[in-house]
Amino acid sequence: MTLDVSGVDVELAGTQILSDVSATVSDGRLVGVVGPNGAGKSTLLRAMNGVVEPCAGTVLVDGDDVHELPSKAASRRIATVPQDTHVSFEFTVRQTVEMGRHPHQPRFGRDDDPEAVDRAMERAEVSQFADREVTSLSGGETQRVLLARALAQDTPVLLLDEPTASLDVNHQIRTLELVRGLADSDDRAVVAAIHDLDLAARYCDELVLVADGEVVDAGSPRSVLTPEAVRNAFDARVAVGTDPATGAPTVTPLPDCEGRDDDDDDLDARVHVLGGGDSAAPVVRDLVDAGAEVTVGPVVDGDTDHETARRFGVDCVTVQPFESPRGAAEATARDFVDASDAVVAPAEAADWGVNDDLRARADQCVVVGEGAGGPRVAAGDVASAVAAVSEPGERLAVADGGGGTGRDDDSDDGESGADGSGAGDAD
Amino acid sequence: MRVLTRVTAWTAASAGLLAVVALASATIGPVSISLPNVALAALDALAVPVSASVSLRDAALPALGGLPWVAVDLGYVSPLDFDVPGTQQYIVGELRLPRIVMGATVGASLAISGAVMQGFFRNPMADPSIVGVSSGAAVGAVAAITAPTVVVVGVQPAAFLGALVAAFTVYLVATENGRTPVATLLLAGVAIQTLLGAFTSFLIVHSGRSIREAMYWLMGSLHGSRWHEAEVALPVVVLGSVVLLAYARDMNVLLAGEEDAHALGVEVERTKRLLLAVASVVTAAAVSFAGAIGFVGLIVPHAVRLVVGPDHRVLLPVSAFAGGAFLVTADTLARSTASELPVGIVTAFVGAPFFLYLLRDREVHAL
Repeated sequence: MTLDVSGVDVELAGTQILSDVSATVSDGRLVGVVGPNGAGKSTLLRAMNGVVEPCAGTVLVDGDDVHELPSKAASRRIATVPQDTHVSFEFTVRQTVEMGRHPHQPRFGRDDDPEAVDRAMERAEVSQFADREVTSLSGGETQRVLLARALAQDTPVLLLDEPTASLDVNHQIRTLELVRGLADSDDRAVVAAIHDLDLAARYCDELVLVADGEVVDAGSPRSVLTPEAVRNAFDARVAVGTDPATGAPTVTPLPDCEGRDDDDDDLDARVHVLGGGDSAAPVVRDLVDAGAEVTVGPVVDGDTDHETARRFGVDCVTVQPFESPRGAAEATARDFVDASDAVVAPAEAADWGVNDDLRARADQCVVVGEGAGGPRVAAGDVASAVAAVSEPGERLAVADGGGGTGRDDDSDDGESGADGSGAGDAD
Repeated sequence: MRVLTRVTAWTAASAGLLAVVALASATIGPVSISLPNVALAALDALAVPVSASVSLRDAALPALGGLPWVAVDLGYVSPLDFDVPGTQQYIVGELRLPRIVMGATVGASLAISGAVMQGFFRNPMADPSIVGVSSGAAVGAVAAITAPTVVVVGVQPAAFLGALVAAFTVYLVATENGRTPVATLLLAGVAIQTLLGAFTSFLIVHSGRSIREAMYWLMGSLHGSRWHEAEVALPVVVLGSVVLLAYARDMNVLLAGEEDAHALGVEVERTKRLLLAVASVVTAAAVSFAGAIGFVGLIVPHAVRLVVGPDHRVLLPVSAFAGGAFLVTADTLARSTASELPVGIVTAFVGAPFFLYLLRDREVHAL
């Protein structure tokens, strides 16, 4: 059964909440609705289940307009798990879940599927408190009870408004696995408004990004969650990377650039960061934050540098633990260095000869952190230092003033700092 | 079926309670009558309608030039005839039983509509008169008492009309674009009640010698109840209660909130309209005969909910019978005092402290 939203406008109390929203959800698909607070996610779900009447457009469920169907018929097709889990009056869990059978019960007569309540409770893992009062449960437990109530409705279409909002991390995953299963094995069409972009990206087949009452983009999580789209929708700066465990896109918020140097966020440079020894991670973050295009490497596969690079979606050269960085890794890293405007060498970068060689190749090099050779660029200033050196024709001012030359200072400019692990000269 | 068992058990128990209270009440009075004699007299008084004749009559509304209306006359036959002394038969059958039946009817109607309103408004302070039914009835009744030349109908029809007009006005005021938000309804009810209260006070100030009768009505009393009153009130209350019971499950779902209820297949606005209308008619039928008896509709549903839980399928029938039993008990106390008290005073005396006890002890405020 397909849910088809087309050209829906919703006005509430004279305010336009949704304008020209269209979306399609078919059997076996889990579609996530993402967007900032107040974007209209909940209103979209309420328009889908018929609670809110759109002033234009249609919501078709299996070809019938949900607003034309009698309430009972509509709620045999669409079930909703509400966001607000407040339940007044002391109904037991079983009585609450039984309410999900309401659309299947004639006013005078019996339910045609008396087992449905037990099945739903089992599936949502609330059977163990069937006879407890809902008011005595925690917010997360209540949310699962409401999920069970929606499951008891036994509908081909399921809408969930923030199903994981008040759940702990364990139940977030369990709930979304269950929801995923409802799409996969039950072949239901599922729509979930989800706050957490990582979870949304991980579990949904498709995301609908809503901002200011309009659909900004819809499609696969990878295609929707671009840094630009998220930035425009949420007014927040993020880096999009890849979760090493699941392969799903991850979205990492970056600190707001306001209050920092103005040129911080438009560092229009390509920067290569040397790694190893878990030293590159904070530098990478600062540079991505500042808007630079960053490459990293070589780093040891799976270490913090590598994780960070992956999380921020940064190109990265890796070597296996205890493997020599010489060879292919070095070649790739060399290409990265050649393509970059500047190289950043964390003082604690691995004591690899390769790093020295790479630094030697760089046009501009900034050394970060305190080494034996004395202070160079402080960790927080890396972005402005890079900005300074990456201007065409500009010399490496910072290293000049601070670091002096290192033991292995063989860069052609003769101006890069030393790596920290070496025995730097006394200034 | 678990629910059906629960409903049946609780309903039977509360109905039994009402029967016991009713019989016990009938033994009490200036003349003490033994329980067996009361039971036999009650069975004697049992009458079944065997014939009905329909006739067209003119309503006693000279101002409107006589509206024709259809009247149904029922012929009754008493199938039983036990050997009970004639005086006792008369006292039980013609004086005490009508009053007890009226008390049970009024108590049941106030309690069941109170339960409906509390669920409907999701508010523990709601009672049957929340939408202005009682104050509307008061204006109608007091107007009929104090200005019989202007209001040409009797006290009961005037009260009934006043009640329905008030409830309908509150509903209209609170409705916009076919939707009636519960909070608006509550506030509109409070405002209209205040207005009508002022109007009632105005009428009383200018009532002259009929002030005592007006005050007596306002305090609520079952004094002088007769069979012909019960014949009108009982069918209205029974029919209305049946309709309300049919919507018990919808009321349960409505407690989850209107949006959830809609998603669970309840036609929210239609159901609200129906519940409001039926509960108002049921309440109006009660108060127009007995006056504004307070606290029954507030307290009985609360107490019952504490015992049987919030499920309306159990709550509604048990509230009805328990409300009947409560009011019959209160009225028995009222008529046992030296100078007969209006029963409204007794229910308030018993009810208010009980409500405070609930409030402090049982966390009713967290309802």
